[in-house]
Amino acid sequence: MTNLMTVLRNLIFYSVILFVAIQVLARFFDFASKKLIKVGGGKKKLLIAGVGVFALVLPLLLAGEPYILRTSVMVLLYIVLALSLNIVLGQAGQLSLGHSAFYALGAYTMAILTVSFGVNFWIALVAGGVVAGIFGFVLGIPTLRLKGDYLAIVTVGFGEILRLILINWGTFTRGPAGIPGIPSPSFFGMAVKGNTGYYYIILVMVIVTIIISKRLEDSRLGRGLAAVKDDEIAAESMGVNPANMKILAFVLGAVIAGFAGGFFASFVHYVNPDNFTYMESVTILTMVVLGGLGSIPGVIVGAVILAILPEALRDISTYRYAIYGILLAMMMIIRPQGMISLDSLKRRSAADENPRSIWNFKSFRRSNGR
Amino acid sequence: MLKVQGIDVYYGGIHALRDLTFEIPAGKIVTLIGSNGAGKSTTLKAISNLVKCKGQILFEEENLLALPSEKIVGKGVIHVPEGRRIFTALTVEENLDMGSYLRKDKDGVAKDKEFVFKLFPRLKERAKQLGGTLSGGEQQMLAIGRALMSKPRLLMLDEPSMGLAPIVVQEIFSAIADLNKTTGLTVLLVEQNANIALQLADYAYVLETGSITIEGEAKALLTDDRVRKAYLGEA
Ligand SMILES: Nc1ncnc2c1ncn2[C@@H]1O[C@H](COP(=O)(O)OP(=O)(O)OP(=O)(O)O)[C@@H](O)[C@H]1O
Ligand SMILES: [Mg+2]
Repeated sequence: MTNLMTVLRNLIFYSVILFVAIQVLARFFDFASKKLIKVGGGKKKLLIAGVGVFALVLPLLLAGEPYILRTSVMVLLYIVLALSLNIVLGQAGQLSLGHSAFYALGAYTMAILTVSFGVNFWIALVAGGVVAGIFGFVLGIPTLRLKGDYLAIVTVGFGEILRLILINWGTFTRGPAGIPGIPSPSFFGMAVKGNTGYYYIILVMVIVTIIISKRLEDSRLGRGLAAVKDDEIAAESMGVNPANMKILAFVLGAVIAGFAGGFFASFVHYVNPDNFTYMESVTILTMVVLGGLGSIPGVIVGAVILAILPEALRDISTYRYAIYGILLAMMMIIRPQGMISLDSLKRRSAADENPRSIWNFKSFRRSNGR
Repeated sequence: MLKVQGIDVYYGGIHALRDLTFEIPAGKIVTLIGSNGAGKSTTLKAISNLVKCKGQILFEEENLLALPSEKIVGKGVIHVPEGRRIFTALTVEENLDMGSYLRKDKDGVAKDKEFVFKLFPRLKERAKQLGGTLSGGEQQMLAIGRALMSKPRLLMLDEPSMGLAPIVVQEIFSAIADLNKTTGLTVLLVEQNANIALQLADYAYVLETGSITIEGEAKALLTDDRVRKAYLGEA
């Protein structure tokens, strides 16, 4: 009984903290994005260059801190994963709750090819992306007929089925025991040793993923995706083919997640089905929602916050998923557009003239606006 | 320009269009009137190939039924669906840009945008406003403007007057009349508001449970007894 009381008390306590944290972060990001949006071309380049240089020298700064460097690699990995889900969910508007399945496919492809067949890391990495992409295509097909909740159910099912296959297809996947001994890559004959090498590999993946996402957003395809997300029938009457758009989004999201999975397998040298549960999909989803659906900087921020959070809160790790649940629910109520919303980035006037004051509880009433 | 020849559409057991035949000459405004459930929207969907359909639909002697809907849009057969369906999360300008999705001629697109802004100055004032925050009348203007961005040769409007105040309906209909006069755009207008549709159109068809029962010059139908009784609310 006292145990239950403690749990309840803790949950209430964390809820209050989360509530305050969301409010503070929201204020901060509103302020920051308002400032940043006014920054002109030259200064903007300087800013991006600054971030780039920081990212490049980080491993040198962290030379004596392997634990922090390792965490940084995981943060970057989650940025890739969150951006890949953002293509499906944020850009195409398809609610996928099985994203960890693609991540798993990439990871197991890497594990099986390198361990059982001695294939080179880079080839296995690409193969993981391809395998995940094929399954993305397969999962994309039901999305042509399903929407919203029904689609979500199918994607949950897909993720769970895949995990059960990983557990039960022992001869191939070694079942629940998983596959240990996944080797490190070598780069032009040099073995990538330690975290620094992995750090640079994942940094390149992050950059490539950001470029792909940005290109997609600014392209004709991106406009087609935005149209399908908004109103399929209208999109079709503009000459957009919604079926192609949705499949494209699923395949692209899956391929990128597959690459991330391959990297993960090699980085931790060991995979097992527990790495790829439904909760992993929820974690990625929470990152996207926290940051802001469809907003590239937002999703990056969401991934950074939620990838660091569990490390910072080791002591209460039993509450981790409860906290994610509370966070998701609160975001939906208080700030459904996320920390850095798509509208704020595009300087759309509805957002400018009608800012959601976060201290003002009217935002509760307006919350399902968008 | 468009010839619909003996088409049938079924929704499961419902026979929505029955051997429907009609024609739209180039440069004219043709209206299709009828009561709820007569099959007006279904007719437009059949032309855009959004529903399964048997028969033949010829657009300048080419069978549209063989084409996927994006190819039909490419031919200039543009459908403004029932209920406007503008993109609520995109700005007015982004909505217009979506209209030119299939086009590659940048100069032409820019010119057409100017044209739309001239036709509906209210859209220009609201270019950066989100579509979902526009009033009903403005949304209808946007829906038409967006369709004009697709370089229409045949513009199909599904109940543009729906839910709008009479004065706004006047504004929109006079814009359609202008368009037809100045650019020679062919229009297929689906309406329940028979009165205003007949005043605007050159030729009219009355649709009842999936087939044409009355047709004629629009002005003549305005005084036709059967039409007046059933669709103009006169005893
Ligand atoms: N997707 C559908 N499934 C089943 N029946 C449908 C479907 N769409 C339309 N129908 C039926 O087909 C018939 C014609 O519908 P349609 O929408 O074409 O009518 P309408 O003339 O446009 O009516 P309104 O003026 O009310 O818009 C109606 O009986 C309708 O119930
Ligand atoms: Mg209708």
